[in-house]
Amino acid sequence: MAGIVSVIVDGIAYGMLLFLFSIGLSVTLGLMRFINLAHGAFAMFGGYVAVTLMNGYGVPFLLLLPVAFLATGLFGAVAEKLVIRHVYPMPELQQVLFSIGLAFAAGAVANIIFGPQQQPMLLPGWLSQRISVLGLDITGYRIFLIGAGLVAAAALIALFNYTLYGARVRAAVDSRRTAEGMGINVSLLFSLTFGLGAAFAGLGGALAVGFLGLDPTFPLKYLVIVLMVVAIGGPGSIAGSFAAAIFIGVIDALFKYFVPEIGGFVIYAVLVVMMVFFPKGLAGGRTA
Amino acid sequence: MSGVTSSIMRIGIGLPLFLVAVASYFLFPGQLGLIAHLFILAIFALSYDLLQGHAGVVSLGHAVFFGIGAYTTAILGKHGVSDPLVVLVLAFLVSGAVAGLLTRIVVVGNDLTRLLVTLGIGFLFFEAANKANWLTGGADGMPDFEVGRLLGLYSFDFMGKTAFWYTLAVLAVVYLFLLLVTSSPFGVALRGIRENVRRMHAIGAPVNRHLAVTYIMSGAIAGVAGALLAQTSRFASLDMLGFERSAEVMMMATLGGTGSIPGVVLGAATFGYLKDMLSVISPKYWHLGIGIVLMLSVFVLRSGIAGALAGLARRMERRT
Repeated sequence: MAGIVSVIVDGIAYGMLLFLFSIGLSVTLGLMRFINLAHGAFAMFGGYVAVTLMNGYGVPFLLLLPVAFLATGLFGAVAEKLVIRHVYPMPELQQVLFSIGLAFAAGAVANIIFGPQQQPMLLPGWLSQRISVLGLDITGYRIFLIGAGLVAAAALIALFNYTLYGARVRAAVDSRRTAEGMGINVSLLFSLTFGLGAAFAGLGGALAVGFLGLDPTFPLKYLVIVLMVVAIGGPGSIAGSFAAAIFIGVIDALFKYFVPEIGGFVIYAVLVVMMVFFPKGLAGGRTA
Repeated sequence: MSGVTSSIMRIGIGLPLFLVAVASYFLFPGQLGLIAHLFILAIFALSYDLLQGHAGVVSLGHAVFFGIGAYTTAILGKHGVSDPLVVLVLAFLVSGAVAGLLTRIVVVGNDLTRLLVTLGIGFLFFEAANKANWLTGGADGMPDFEVGRLLGLYSFDFMGKTAFWYTLAVLAVVYLFLLLVTSSPFGVALRGIRENVRRMHAIGAPVNRHLAVTYIMSGAIAGVAGALLAQTSRFASLDMLGFERSAEVMMMATLGGTGSIPGVVLGAATFGYLKDMLSVISPKYWHLGIGIVLMLSVFVLRSGIAGALAGLARRMERRT
């Protein structure tokens, strides 16, 4: 029994990371109809920023997270402004090709700079300790991850539901033309939102180093699972992505732990079945 | 232009290509293995382009059929079925049958769900082949299976002479078959689906049946390409059905110019040659190179090599 609970806690922590990885993709897909298969590259970027700062300059862990968040966000916004916005009007195939190219190139650059090996990350003592919660021994880092994920989700939901910026984004998701007609600067909104999505992925990447590891195959390794979160959650829906991320994280952890022979297999079967029966995601028709 | 003359016109481009291919046998006798590999890539790219270039169905998991062809060959060889042509036909049938089973879930939905479904299927088969150690050898792949003599006469030699003529012959057959298919009324219907599905539904065309037939043909031909690679390299491994190979086939078709049969052949050959060259330097530079080429191709080479050549020809004509 305790075994099941700790596996579920693992799965929830994993789900929180998936949520951070995928929320940017979900919003950009919903808002800009941009199929970005390279979104994982932003998470990898954040991860490498964190690793470099910690191992090279001894920056404390809690300071790493905002730095990775801001650096990746800035990087994403600049990349959007310079290159990616020209890809939005292209047909799906061109978007897929462009972003696959970007994912390959990003992995190769990381490989050239940092080498193919896993990057080490020494967590501070207070995070690697085991903490007893209701008679269960859980590593502090899992709890920290779950807490960070909850805070991020709450912040995002508040941002999108209760601020002017959020109202504008929702308006543009529902109808870009009407939003533009009302005087909303949708193009600026795109840059900001893309940067924000990249920033959350970067934060997720920095948090993931101590849990999932980090190497140059990262963008391709998490490509499918991130797309799954978006597809099942329904593009553009934050609550949907959150639920889908936790669901997928827990399912994956449970099957990998209890039925390792078919482990990784189940999650892809879930994807195919979901796509055939719920092509618009669990959140339903909110696809703009 | 009537269908017959247009298909003769298109063979007209194919004929010099074929002659160049034959000439390469005498020009680069030390490279026959590599050239045969390029022919195989061309067959694979052609199979994919039938789906994407002609019917407009984007798939991120086409390597599944390539891998099924390869594993069918390896498994049959292990159990003593080794006549190359018999194995080729069986690989064609098996991968076509799997495509037939999958077609219902691929044909439904819009482009985004289709991308995800094909991606999911790709990873599903990869994981399945990885775990089914007893059948596929798992991560180690399947070396040392039997490949018999071609027509009972020619064994596959180290120089790759047999492999060269064998793969070239299959490529020519596939090329002509696809020429025939795409210039038939069926091919016109596919282009109609690509350009405007709603209208095709409206004029009463059996869209889903057309797509299913295309998917099965495309899968079966991809299986042939996989079988050829397994036969000529005597190896079947997981990378033959991995995501990277699925992405590569998209790149080859795009590089050559989707929807153009000779263009796709050229694209596959260019891609395969570049990969071979850059991989010698280092695989990481290969990934960087292909990534940059892909990103640029979206902006500059929109219609691939075929489009660039057609544009060049048009300019030459205007001058004279």
